[in-house]
Amino acid sequence: MTISLLLEMAVSGNPDRLALVSDDVRLTVGELNALADGCAGALVGSGPRTVAYVGTGGVMLPLLIFASARAALPFSPLNYRLSGEALRELIDRLDEPLVVCDSEYRDVAEDAATKIIESQDLLSAARTSNPVSLFPDPDDVAVLLFTSGTTSRPKAVELSHNNLTGYVTGTVEFDSAAPDDAVLICVPPYHIAGVSAALSNLYAGRKMVYQRNFEPKDWIRLVNAESVTNATVVPTMLNRIVTELERNPVPVPTLRSLAYGGSKVAPPLLRKALELLPDVGFVNAYGLTETSSTIAVLTAQDHRAAQTATDEMVRKRLASVGQPVPGIEVEIRGDDGEVLDRGQVGELFVRGPQVSGRYAEIGSVLDENGWFPTRDSAMLDQDGYLFITGRADDTIIRGGENVAPAEVEDVLVEHPAVREVAVVGIEDPEWGQIIAAVVVPEYGTTPDPEELRDHVRKALRGSRTPDRVVFRQQLPVTPTGKVLRRELVNDLTGERAGR
Amino acid sequence: MIKTGTRLRSQVCDTQVIVVRASERLDDLRAGGVPMLPLDAEIAGGATLNPEFSGGTLMGKRYVDESGAEVLVTKAGAGALSVGEEPLTLKEAKPLPASD
Repeated sequence: MTISLLLEMAVSGNPDRLALVSDDVRLTVGELNALADGCAGALVGSGPRTVAYVGTGGVMLPLLIFASARAALPFSPLNYRLSGEALRELIDRLDEPLVVCDSEYRDVAEDAATKIIESQDLLSAARTSNPVSLFPDPDDVAVLLFTSGTTSRPKAVELSHNNLTGYVTGTVEFDSAAPDDAVLICVPPYHIAGVSAALSNLYAGRKMVYQRNFEPKDWIRLVNAESVTNATVVPTMLNRIVTELERNPVPVPTLRSLAYGGSKVAPPLLRKALELLPDVGFVNAYGLTETSSTIAVLTAQDHRAAQTATDEMVRKRLASVGQPVPGIEVEIRGDDGEVLDRGQVGELFVRGPQVSGRYAEIGSVLDENGWFPTRDSAMLDQDGYLFITGRADDTIIRGGENVAPAEVEDVLVEHPAVREVAVVGIEDPEWGQIIAAVVVPEYGTTPDPEELRDHVRKALRGSRTPDRVVFRQQLPVTPTGKVLRRELVNDLTGERAGR
Repeated sequence: MIKTGTRLRSQVCDTQVIVVRASERLDDLRAGGVPMLPLDAEIAGGATLNPEFSGGTLMGKRYVDESGAEVLVTKAGAGALSVGEEPLTLKEAKPLPASD
């Protein structure tokens, strides 16, 4: 099944429904469909083999996703925050790309690519070009996304039409949204959540309201201006929304569901958010670029049950990512590849139609039975709730003992003077690696390193006590909230060398 | 055997489907009591909708038979789906919260 068919179905369902709002642009499903046909015509006319995009999205994202599909070309949205040089490195890896760019990124795009067109010019061309609707093979690449590369060079993940439609039709019921449903989309277009939001909300029949540059005050304003019922945020956004609501409480009466994902949300932040927005259902979505978005969901009911439970196992589920979505199988495997029992920590493997596990230049990394190694350490509880305990690559080995940074972070973040924390391993001649905790203090506090070490020592074994505690104003993170651990390690290693 | 991903259309109503899970039995998939044809096939005309299979199809819904075959309705129509004379049944989906 191709992603074009998702749009055709939406048209067949109700062409006059308002599909999206982006600044002053408002498009019905039928208008989006006609524009995508014309845009496909304009794309095909310039003869590329890939369509890339450098910009903040809005109407351009769904338009380019569907127009590229109808032009039978892979679509690759790129990180518009990258430097010209970093962008060029990515563009050089694409097959004869046409780079569509918002006007404010024209200079960067011009440095990085030979064939470019501005978004506004493409939109004009789309309105006058002959419509085109080709039929790509459903196993062809529909979307190519670069991973954020927190630990290594970005990898180019290939998502086929079948992967993406498998995800949408497997997890979303067609036209299931209520007539007044509206979703606020503020995740960046080059992130899998941006791509999946454009597809699944259109399929569900939910009006899409775009915020092209996230800003918490404006986010709250948009929720009320467009009567937004649903939204998805990454942890850094949730943090900023909570801070804004604490400073300046504004009711958001239409908001019913707030999904969060992208990286781990610290429990104190989540508890604060739940308190501030008691009428909002919180949904934790866990997924990877390689799995075409969400593979496990902790529902609003799960959140409420965990909040009020007396049973320790149910209470802990506030930190879980919930249960696998339909169509996804999960296994936790040990170091020797054996499948582990519930309650044991190992590497998470997943399988299903939405799982790609295929990279440009590398090929498929699925095993012979179609399982994808996520490189995430995880555990299933007795009822099948999934807990992510960290990235396998982040494990610190101190004096031969494995330490998961998340284990130490979970303890430290509960200290009242700790706002955010990242724990990393630094090379050490004596221990191999030592444990360093990088702490962002709570506003107005100056925590004592010894006290924080003590706090960890009381909760965990002594070998997990941070050897060093350092303070920072903020942590280096990707736009979706993943901590750039490599930067912290480089930073701290430099300090040790006597910088 | 019909393959997963194949798109079919009715000869007697607007119904179109895509095969989500194939099974040999789908070779005799009918809409409105009349065999469905590939999307790009010529329709001879003359066939009429069998009143016994006039319950209609619902847009975006999945239909299954007991062999595990599954189709998704990509365009709704007046005829009902069946394998031979045996009606397909509507697959009830467990509602998931929106996460995108």
